[in-house]
Amino acid sequence: HGPYQPHEPGYGLDQPGYSPYEDEIPDPQARMLAIKNAKAYLLKTSTRSGLNLYDHFANILTKILDEQPKNTVDIIEDISKDVKWAQFRKKMDTLRDEHLIHPIFEAAEKCKALFVKEGLEEEHEELDEEMGQPSLPNVMETAFYFEQAGIGLSKDESYYIFLSLKNLINVQPIQTCRFWGKILGLEMNYIIAEVQLLEGEEEEETAEEEVGTAAEEEKDMGEGEEEGEEKEKEAELPKSTYKPPPEIPREENGTGTNKYIYFVCNEPGNPWVKLPPVTPAQIVCARKIKKFFTGRLDAPIVSFPPFPGNEANYLRAQIARISAGTHVSPTGFYQFANEDEEEEEGDAYEENPEFEPPPVAEMVGSLTMWAHHAKGILKQGRCVWINPYQKSGENEEEEEEEEDKEDEGEEQEEERGLPLLAQISEDEGMKNIPAWTAQASTNLIPQYSVAILQSNRWPGAYAFASGRKFDNIYFGWGHKYSPESHTPALPPPAQAEYPSGPGITETADPTVKEEIAFKIAQEEALAGEEEEGDEEEAEDD
Amino acid sequence: RQRRFERVWFWGCIQGLRGAYYIAEGLGPNRAAPRSRLYSLNCLDWSLLTPATKEMLALAEQLKGRFQGDPSFEYNLAEINAEVAARLIEGGKEPVIKEEARLIATIEQIDRAVGIVPRGAFVKTPLGSVHENRHFEGLSLLEAKKLSSYFHFTEPVNLKNKTLLEKADLDPSTDFLDSLEHDIPRGSWSIQLEKGGTVVVLRSLLWLGLTFYHVPMTKQFGYIYFGTGEKNLDLPFML
Repeated sequence: HGPYQPHEPGYGLDQPGYSPYEDEIPDPQARMLAIKNAKAYLLKTSTRSGLNLYDHFANILTKILDEQPKNTVDIIEDISKDVKWAQFRKKMDTLRDEHLIHPIFEAAEKCKALFVKEGLEEEHEELDEEMGQPSLPNVMETAFYFEQAGIGLSKDESYYIFLSLKNLINVQPIQTCRFWGKILGLEMNYIIAEVQLLEGEEEEETAEEEVGTAAEEEKDMGEGEEEGEEKEKEAELPKSTYKPPPEIPREENGTGTNKYIYFVCNEPGNPWVKLPPVTPAQIVCARKIKKFFTGRLDAPIVSFPPFPGNEANYLRAQIARISAGTHVSPTGFYQFANEDEEEEEGDAYEENPEFEPPPVAEMVGSLTMWAHHAKGILKQGRCVWINPYQKSGENEEEEEEEEDKEDEGEEQEEERGLPLLAQISEDEGMKNIPAWTAQASTNLIPQYSVAILQSNRWPGAYAFASGRKFDNIYFGWGHKYSPESHTPALPPPAQAEYPSGPGITETADPTVKEEIAFKIAQEEALAGEEEEGDEEEAEDD
Repeated sequence: RQRRFERVWFWGCIQGLRGAYYIAEGLGPNRAAPRSRLYSLNCLDWSLLTPATKEMLALAEQLKGRFQGDPSFEYNLAEINAEVAARLIEGGKEPVIKEEARLIATIEQIDRAVGIVPRGAFVKTPLGSVHENRHFEGLSLLEAKKLSSYFHFTEPVNLKNKTLLEKADLDPSTDFLDSLEHDIPRGSWSIQLEKGGTVVVLRSLLWLGLTFYHVPMTKQFGYIYFGTGEKNLDLPFML
């Protein structure tokens, strides 16, 4: 041993006979020397890292005494590692880091824009006076009611959505606006607002769309003619007898599935994007596929049957289906404007001024107290049935066989859906599952409890009612619930390539025997004729 | 208090048709031990659930559809799957499953399949027990966006299959669990940064309703299940 005494780990220092002071050197000077040597050893700098143990221990102890974590002895190695790490960071800082714009900063900038009041307030005040105030929904109030049920977004997010809706109203000419809900996606989510535009604004857009489609049709026709000419020059290829079913025209803006216009954004603070109106073909296809939303509106939907459109159209179609299926209100809140309940005119409903809200217990107890106020979508994909073959007179230029069409036209039956203000107790359930589940928000305070309705067909759709106030909302992935697994449609059977006829059908080649027999028969016939011919010649001679 | 748990977590809520089950988990000192679960219909009276057995799991997979909301509701197996029911009858038991058993099995499945924790949050001591890592400072923003920084909190299945090269990089005290990277089908997790990156949210697409959150650079993380308790078997069609 040197003048200092190493103590091996594991020694029981508190047991008699092992205490360090038993081997005490009586000479205090030698003890001081031992201490100095120990300290010198600790101060010895390591050849590899330039640190020394003494400083390192000092740093560790300082850190421990500053932070005072619990059970220090268990994590002492980690603390030691951290201290060493900290040393290295400061030394190697020769490069200056680029000041990275933190994503939080960018998001905060966007939200800040929401909070800034617009400078164009004067113009807006004038507009408001002329056209009447657009109604900004009180999102916070609705959020409060839904919170009673345990559904909803955080207060921060609700407030941001509130401000973005206010922005939307200032930018677009809007008559009524409502927060529809939030649909989750893989990369980003969608926040959706349901809007009714002022009446003058919609016509311009439909005119543009018609011009667009007319131009496309002309192009198609031009191409078709060229192809027809080419085909005639070559040998006539069999023409396909496939006629795609006629396209069902979409409903006008402002009626049926297109009653409301929807704006979406990914996060509050982002600019609102308008979703295109939905066509029946899209709804019919959306019923057959089940896809997650990615969060980007221009993402393609790869599916079978192929979806006519991209994610924006699929989103719009799902929104239409959810609205038609789950928008409910207390029975009697809305009544028909006209006494006649013809289906085509039954779109107009208005608030019933004499509506007396039933007590919450009744709202929860029976489903007859709630009624749909959105029209259901028929199988065709529209709310109002239309016979697609009636108006096909215009497109008959390229069609050849009219007879087939008329036959098919007779087969389609008029589809009828549920009448407009049907009560939800008439909704079909699936197997044993009722279509709706009703609950009161709390049993403990019945005076202030709110009646909550959850849809089982579209999980994520909720409605609440409390006195005269009610609202619907959707938070979810955007898919319908089905007790069976989703089975994609099978591809249709392969078409027969050509019509079978006597010219093309295969027959078995005659066997050798048959050929010989046929040849003999022919020769006999020839021989018979020759004999006759000879005889005739003989006779003539 | 009665059962001497060190920590109690609120696991989530399974919504039945007529009511919802609220589930809580209690943990002992070893975090990796099988957990005891309690359920309640009104958050006031809690009942202990027995641990799941393999039979329960196998039987519960036969059941499809929503939970009823009544723990004593009995599913008649004979209607659903005659073979399984026949086997049960031979074994001398009745071919019914109580909803409680289905609940137990479902919670166990969800935990096993999609219960996740960030990397480094738990350490394994050389003795084999698992503790929270006091020194866990949270994932950085970069790490938080990667699926490989999150682990399943169950017995690892794939760990041994990794190549030796990959194993050399692992730190046996923190990397003793399966990471999310190799989950089948690919893309069954959705990672989103909310609020400009202050919170990272992972949602499972296999069990719709499982949400995991973590605030980067802090110790806060957790997951909760809020849904109908049904596996999303249509996942491959939906991606």
